[in-house]
Amino acid sequence: MKAFTYQRADSTTQAAAAADKPGAKIIAGGTNLLDLMKLQVEMPSNLIDINRLPLDKIEETADGGLRIGALVRNSDLAADPRVRQRYGVLSRALLAGASAQLRNKATTGGNLLQRTRCYYFYDVTKPCNKRNPGSGCAALAGFNRIHAILGTSDHCIATHPSDMAVAMRALDANVETINREGKTKVTPIAEFHRLPGNTPEIETSLKPGEIITAVTLPPPPPGVQVYRKVRDRASYAFALVSVAAIVDSTRGRIRSARLAFGGLAHKPWRVAQAEQGLVNAHADTATLNAAANAVLEGARGFGGNDFKIPLTRRTLHSVLAEMTQT
Amino acid sequence: MDEHESNTEPSTFEVTRRTVIETGTTALLLTTLPRSAFAAGPVDDDEPPLPPVKVELQINGHLHSLILDPRTTLLDALREHLALTGSKKGCDHGQCGACTVLIEGRRINSCLTLAVMHAGQSVTTIEGFALGDNLHPLQAAFVEHDGFQCGYCTSGQICSAVGMLAESRQGMPSYVTEDLTHPAAELTDVEIRERMSGNICRCAAYPNIVAAIKQAAGLPT
Repeated sequence: MKAFTYQRADSTTQAAAAADKPGAKIIAGGTNLLDLMKLQVEMPSNLIDINRLPLDKIEETADGGLRIGALVRNSDLAADPRVRQRYGVLSRALLAGASAQLRNKATTGGNLLQRTRCYYFYDVTKPCNKRNPGSGCAALAGFNRIHAILGTSDHCIATHPSDMAVAMRALDANVETINREGKTKVTPIAEFHRLPGNTPEIETSLKPGEIITAVTLPPPPPGVQVYRKVRDRASYAFALVSVAAIVDSTRGRIRSARLAFGGLAHKPWRVAQAEQGLVNAHADTATLNAAANAVLEGARGFGGNDFKIPLTRRTLHSVLAEMTQT
Repeated sequence: MDEHESNTEPSTFEVTRRTVIETGTTALLLTTLPRSAFAAGPVDDDEPPLPPVKVELQINGHLHSLILDPRTTLLDALREHLALTGSKKGCDHGQCGACTVLIEGRRINSCLTLAVMHAGQSVTTIEGFALGDNLHPLQAAFVEHDGFQCGYCTSGQICSAVGMLAESRQGMPSYVTEDLTHPAAELTDVEIRERMSGNICRCAAYPNIVAAIKQAAGLPT
């Protein structure tokens, strides 16, 4: 680990001002950042610890939603009775991620900002445009079983590893930020994470000196909520494909559906056309095929991850068939 | 907490540190402690170490004051500075669970957090469970059910299980809990295995670990 100075922030604006300086990095749970610092993938010269800021509350909002403080731990968010009652897909997605020890530390804001688990991003001896812009992408022709099939570029085929963010995407969450002047901003989660394009090192819309203060959830949409995660082992593994689904249906007739996918792209993946095609449709094979085709529009495998295309199709079929049975 | 004992906690490191600080030669301190005490990962010999920070931690009921390189993980602080070597360094990347300790009663990976981030907080390690020769019920159950072979993961398994049973009592759900709206899930074998998945045992003593946890939780084994 490279040497750094350590400071504890007393306020969000102070933290934002400190984070604006070159080499500065905010630390909250630290479960991803310290991992990367040990490998010298991340080398901050100044660490700003925000753990003592009062951003650890979950509050009801006036419109019937929830406001989740950036420092709410993943385990506390998953266990919150309001989340379990009204946002089951979020609770389930959180519980699908990492281990209990990590969830006890990992925060809401940090989860959104975690880096990809691409092997070549982690291996400092290999080219990676995300870690070292302009050096190339070793994953394109390397082992790419866990990599993206949608929204990729010639510069990067990494995925975003979060489960939580996939559920938040299905729930149309908003990300609240504050800058050093105390100015707040609200960004829909759809616009928060970026596709790699030719700047894969820029992963979010967050500007230097902006910090996440909360994530807000609108009131829950009607219907059943499911989070299905397909992975190489039954627990404590990243998703090969995951889907956060919210479906309102009666006797096989779908009124509305929301489908967000993890493990497929550089951000949680959601296709409006796929969801529109399900409105007032009967959940038969033709309907589900059409939905899968719309989700996978433009999908491209890189050898090791070709299997994700049929796996996504089958996962979507399985989840929608199960959710529309009754 | 035992105030008297905490302030006079015998420790060779502490004596060294105090002596050094009194003479005001921090540089000496930095050369007399093992190099591994200061770095959690590759050491950069070309870089001068940054000024150390003072950290007070309440460990197993005793207050400890440490002078640390800010890079020191909680795990390295315990093992290298306090000689509490019960917590093990397995992967050092939060993947194996051998370093599991409790902070304010909650289980975490001590390898993936900095000691300085926990100033003023209480830490419980495997050394903090037994009362003299009286083992904690989970320790006794691990012995009775042969919940280990090589034993390297065991202190992490036991710390994790203590945290897990507390979470279960508080009604925390898991990924395999069928009904999330139900306040508390019954601790079935499947629940225990899911909740303990952050602790890897390369000897694969899992069936016996599950049995030990069930016994300690008062469930039929």
